Amino acid sequence: MNFSRYKREISAAGAFVAILIVLAIVAPSFFSAGNLRDLLINNAPTLLIAVGMTMVILVGEIDISVGSQFAVCSIAAGFLAKTGMPMPVLFLSIFLVGAMMGSLNGVLVGWLRLPSIIVTLAMLVLWRDALRWLTEGAWVQNLPENFQWFGLSQSGGELTIVAITLTIFVAFAWTLRNLVAGRKIYAVGSDAEAARLAGISGPTVVLSVFALMGALTGIAALMNAVRFSEIPGNSGVGLELKAIAAVVVGGAAITGGRGTLVGTLIGVALLGTIGTALTFLGINPFWEKAIQGAIILIALVSDVALGRLEKNGRSNIAGAAA
Amino acid sequence: MTGQTPLLTAERVTKSYAGVQALRDASFELRGGEVHALVGENGAGKSTFIKIVTGAVTPDSGELTVNGDLVRENSPAISKSLGIAAIYQQPALFPELTVAENIAIGLERKGFFGFVNWNERRRAAKELLDRVGAKIDPETPAGELSMPQQQLVEIARALGANAKILIFDEPTASLSEEDTQNLFRVIRELRSQGVGMIYISHRLEELPVIADRVTVLRDGLTIGTKVMAEVSSEELIKLMVGRELSAVFPKRVVEIGETIFELKNLGSRAVGIKNINLSVRAGEIVGVAGLIGAGRTELAKAIFGIVESDAGEILLRGKPMHFGHPSEAIDVGIAYLPEDRRKHGVVLDFPISANITLASLKKLSGFKGMNFGKEKEIAAEYTRRLGVKTPTIHNAVSTLSGGNQQKVALSRWLMTKPSVLILDEPTQGIDVGAKSEIHSLMMEIAEQGVAILMISSELPEILGMSDRIAVMRGGTIAKVFDRSEATQDKILAVALGH
Repeated sequence: MNFSRYKREISAAGAFVAILIVLAIVAPSFFSAGNLRDLLINNAPTLLIAVGMTMVILVGEIDISVGSQFAVCSIAAGFLAKTGMPMPVLFLSIFLVGAMMGSLNGVLVGWLRLPSIIVTLAMLVLWRDALRWLTEGAWVQNLPENFQWFGLSQSGGELTIVAITLTIFVAFAWTLRNLVAGRKIYAVGSDAEAARLAGISGPTVVLSVFALMGALTGIAALMNAVRFSEIPGNSGVGLELKAIAAVVVGGAAITGGRGTLVGTLIGVALLGTIGTALTFLGINPFWEKAIQGAIILIALVSDVALGRLEKNGRSNIAGAAA
Repeated sequence: MTGQTPLLTAERVTKSYAGVQALRDASFELRGGEVHALVGENGAGKSTFIKIVTGAVTPDSGELTVNGDLVRENSPAISKSLGIAAIYQQPALFPELTVAENIAIGLERKGFFGFVNWNERRRAAKELLDRVGAKIDPETPAGELSMPQQQLVEIARALGANAKILIFDEPTASLSEEDTQNLFRVIRELRSQGVGMIYISHRLEELPVIADRVTVLRDGLTIGTKVMAEVSSEELIKLMVGRELSAVFPKRVVEIGETIFELKNLGSRAVGIKNINLSVRAGEIVGVAGLIGAGRTELAKAIFGIVESDAGEILLRGKPMHFGHPSEAIDVGIAYLPEDRRKHGVVLDFPISANITLASLKKLSGFKGMNFGKEKEIAAEYTRRLGVKTPTIHNAVSTLSGGNQQKVALSRWLMTKPSVLILDEPTQGIDVGAKSEIHSLMMEIAEQGVAILMISSELPEILGMSDRIAVMRGGTIAKVFDRSEATQDKILAVALGH
């Protein structure tokens, strides 16, 4: 194991552990089973989206439309549930709705070579306002019995959410590391032209990554929606920032080519814990955003500092571990 | 003219990049009211010399004087304040700004928050444009001008900045005869006003028309300065190539097999190449010579599917091929080692192992994901075979020297087991030892029956390694020489169009 290669991830993990230690001393009640379970459930959708965002950022792009895609998928899930669609079919449908929205981004960015920040900014506004026009701001109510918690008990539903999220996380972490597809994502993000000359089709990789981003957003929306008895028309606002922040705090380079899903997991855990931690520490929760912002800045500054210090390689691709 | 202080002198200027000598004790003198031509092959050091004069790079040693005063420190801003300006082949105007604005940029003497006097700007622009005889409305956006017009605007801008030393870098390379004559008229006018001009051109035939003196550069050395009227084109060519073929090339006799690869009337309008006819046989090394801009790299790109070819055919073992993407060319056994190693040849952040396998990932793919053990084994084998000097194959390629990076790039293509290998400047910018190792490798590869197409700007390399030599000029192959009949003079004469 080559620790220096993962120093960004290790630093983020160190910060997380430090917070946990402070909590253990000052407010041990933070570690109550109920609180931990809430944290896990609350952050599961963010983690799923951050997984997709990691790949998008690894290929050197960005997707700021995920919050709006999330809202579209949430409302779509509600409507489909009300038609009496069985849960597994619903799951698949929402997966596809998300994948389609993501593919649209992917075609525009990958094939038409449009800048992803503008394309997804347009989509952020477009999906959000299309939804507002369609639902007129109304919530989806009177959801069928079998929708909330997948028709299971609350604890059964929670367990399902955690299981699905962790399975997806592990599957993607494994893929990114062990499949050729993962190697291609890193190659395109590190040097798109060199990758092309080595026979790797950048547009295809970018399109696939955006499609997966959408599909994961769909699943995240469903994992979130089943927790409540009603679905608001404006869910997912600011989700893109949360996801991007988690990825960056987890050590990924915003310019692409470097980053790991384990880092992203740490990033989600760190940023997702701050709010609750403040409450337990008796600090005004208004500080949450400011502290999150500070963490992101520290991550970026230390990234640049580390980048200038290290002369050695900085690739996170598998097989590089000595 | 003699007796006065020269406008510009350079004394024993030396510059090396990563161990490669670009200039060695180069000396040069420019007088007022003189057009002084600078000639030499690709890589002779002309660009480096210009960069040193304009302050873009700092020389390792040597002295520069302007108007007799020693330039102790140089930078683009300092050289500009000394009255030095360069006009490049591709004009560097801001296309969205008007001609007047383009001319005004850099002329404004006010600070960042100073007011812009629009009337004054327009008046000054008009005056300067008149001086270079350009009938251009100062309010036209620069992007709408033709290239010759943009060039004149650049000259006007330089004059506006009181430039006394103008450097022209291949100014006529893409000008029509009429525009060339117009440019010459402007240059003569400036000469009569006492401006000194350094004139770089590959068009030897225009030098007697426009230049007063000529300095020949070869391998970073100034070979000599002659009065233009006293030297012929043939003599110039001799001076440009007169280097000894001292380096020993590991050329061996290889049994040449059947034709593997053939181009018939290949053309691509997108990159300006046309009517390319060439074949390469198994075990044969065909060198592609020519000046920069002759279309050599463009030819490689059209073959490898990086750019669209729109005329003629590519035949592989007699079968017509069309590649829309490099991956399709790789699949049928064509490999391309690109020219710019750091930008295109390797992924700098990737470890050596992943760089070597990047074009052959399918071979590592299995049911249980990528076979990292196999990757390690293959990478270790190639690094050993090619002699890549590194403590471990897990190091990023960015940690290697240029020669070792190139060996990694070459390993990547050998792993694809190609039948056609296109090498684009395979030894550019790498040290002598690694160079000779790569040449030995080329022979080994040829002995295995691979057809090799080698693009190179180094004539000794072309002559030393090739079985046949295709010389390109103006986007097509001007002549193909056999190894036995080729000499440096002949190749350069064809490349220059003599």
